[in-house]
Amino acid sequence: MNIVVCIKQVPNAKTVRYDTEKGTLVREGVEAIINPFDFHALEAGLHLKDAYGGEVTVLSMGPPQAENALRESLSLGADKGVLLSDRAFAGADTLATTYTLAKAIEKLGPVDLVLCGKQAIDGDTAQVGPGLAARLGLPYVTCVNALSVMDDEKTIQVRRINEDGYDILELEMPALLTVLASINTPRLPSLKGKMMARKTEIPIWDAEGIGAKPSMVGLTGSATRVVSTWVPTFEARREMFGGSAEEQVDALVSRLKAAGIL
Amino acid sequence: MTQVNYFLTEEQQMIVDLARQIAKEKIIPVRARLDENNEFPWDIMRDIAQADLFGLYIPEQYGGFAKGCFENCLALEQLAYGCIAVTTTFAASALGGYPILLFGSEKQKARYLPDIASGKRLVAFGLTEANAGSDAAGIQTTAVEDGEHWVLNGTKQWITSGGEAEIYTIVAMTNKNKGARGATAYIVEKGDPGFSFGKKERKMGLNASSTTELIMNDCRIPKDRILGRNGQGFLIAMRTLDIARPGIGSIAVGLAQAALDEAVKYARQRIQFGQPIISFQALQHMLADMATNLEASRALVYSVARTIDDGKKDTAKISAMAKLFATDMSMRVTTDAVQILGGYGYMKSYPVEKMMRDAKILQIYEGTNQIMCNIIGQALNKEYAKK
Repeated sequence: MNIVVCIKQVPNAKTVRYDTEKGTLVREGVEAIINPFDFHALEAGLHLKDAYGGEVTVLSMGPPQAENALRESLSLGADKGVLLSDRAFAGADTLATTYTLAKAIEKLGPVDLVLCGKQAIDGDTAQVGPGLAARLGLPYVTCVNALSVMDDEKTIQVRRINEDGYDILELEMPALLTVLASINTPRLPSLKGKMMARKTEIPIWDAEGIGAKPSMVGLTGSATRVVSTWVPTFEARREMFGGSAEEQVDALVSRLKAAGIL
Repeated sequence: MTQVNYFLTEEQQMIVDLARQIAKEKIIPVRARLDENNEFPWDIMRDIAQADLFGLYIPEQYGGFAKGCFENCLALEQLAYGCIAVTTTFAASALGGYPILLFGSEKQKARYLPDIASGKRLVAFGLTEANAGSDAAGIQTTAVEDGEHWVLNGTKQWITSGGEAEIYTIVAMTNKNKGARGATAYIVEKGDPGFSFGKKERKMGLNASSTTELIMNDCRIPKDRILGRNGQGFLIAMRTLDIARPGIGSIAVGLAQAALDEAVKYARQRIQFGQPIISFQALQHMLADMATNLEASRALVYSVARTIDDGKKDTAKISAMAKLFATDMSMRVTTDAVQILGGYGYMKSYPVEKMMRDAKILQIYEGTNQIMCNIIGQALNKEYAKK
């Protein structure tokens, strides 16, 4: 089974700080980690490889240092890592990102399954998985927390979590899934994996290398712009009622009525 | 702040990172529960196996990494940062595995080492008996040849991983008249006829590790399970302990580091008399003493382990020094950590209480620290006689 896992390197949300004056994240000196949901996508891919054989290729678009995220994936057992890195890719929104990833996956050749995390913890859009499926013309299911391959080894059955419960769905491969953290417990790296990861060469593909149109990638290929970001202000007010218990209850009821709650 | 540079290679640093990750993600979150329930850490053993750490010291042809005592020490230190009961289970597998690696026949190595390296089977080392602790020559378990078999009779006491391990290296007397030279080592497997386990001991600490008796009642094992030659048992045990003792030093260092980290963290945030208690000289001096002795222990343990890996023979003295110095330090540091946390330190909801209880065993097992002093003293006597 040929599996492609898309991962993103993100700032560690536990250590990231916010520059309130500039309205941006302070990325300097902040530890970069693999997006937590993507860890689960990788584990799902590795699990399938353990059971059915084949290859797991990890794909990431990002700056040169995103290579570390790919090496970490290799240390967990992925077979190949490909870094999509080009100044022209910078500033991509989900439209340009899905175009770039799709071009790279097409270059990788026939694939049975593309796995993504549900969303990245920095952008939180959850659009890249479905967008990529649309670009590749693949059937897809989002928010998957269980996955099994049917006897024909062509159909997969997945459990999709929704607001009311869950759906059991079957789809034919090739397909794309985005996964939730509850799908599995990611494995630890192994010493063998770490040694291998250090030696493995990670190819870097640029826009030309994947045959991407310059007008479709990066900021140029993006349909949206981040105009400004800010921390919403949160104001909590309080009011103390005095008097006897009855008076306080009356006061509370009339306040709640005035606020339209009662 | 610059830390002492131990000049680790990239691979050694990988081992440190990997073991620390296991401690952080797999051991620390469950250590209090394992301790409370006397629970054997099978899940963590599988994690350590999957991370390849069981095979560090085993040659590549048996599926290991052909690393040395030093790399094993690096892993032990980081795992011990999480919990030394869990780490002792891991370390016991090497203690039981070393006799096979050092003295096993080609056939025995091929049969056992791959499973030990992959962590598929745990190993235990059986030397101690009710009447043979510090005086290992007082062993009463016997082994008698009977046709194509050896027949073992006797009871081993306080054996780490007893009942859980599947491979046991055991020392028994083949000729009581010869004293230490009449001891022989054997490989016994779980399931061998006449081989069973006593009850699990209840202990002061180290509760996640299993400690049991090994009972051999006309236990029949094939002839080819003898390790080394008839009469080499005591030598095998001593050589094994010489290699393993720096590992106990590393466990002591890892544990003390965990206790120091807790103590400094607490002293920085605990406010009394209107200021953090770390601002008081009384505490600063305690912490300074803890940190300095800890670093000195680490430096000694690393240097001894590297000397062993350099192929030096007769390392009994320096191995004993590494074990003695680091474990005494660890007992003091964990005790002081409890003192610094005060009443909180004595409570089970804070981790230093367990650390102090656990630390005590380090001064006792793999040779008491008094025996370490004997080894060092006797070595000095020998050394200076030659001068």
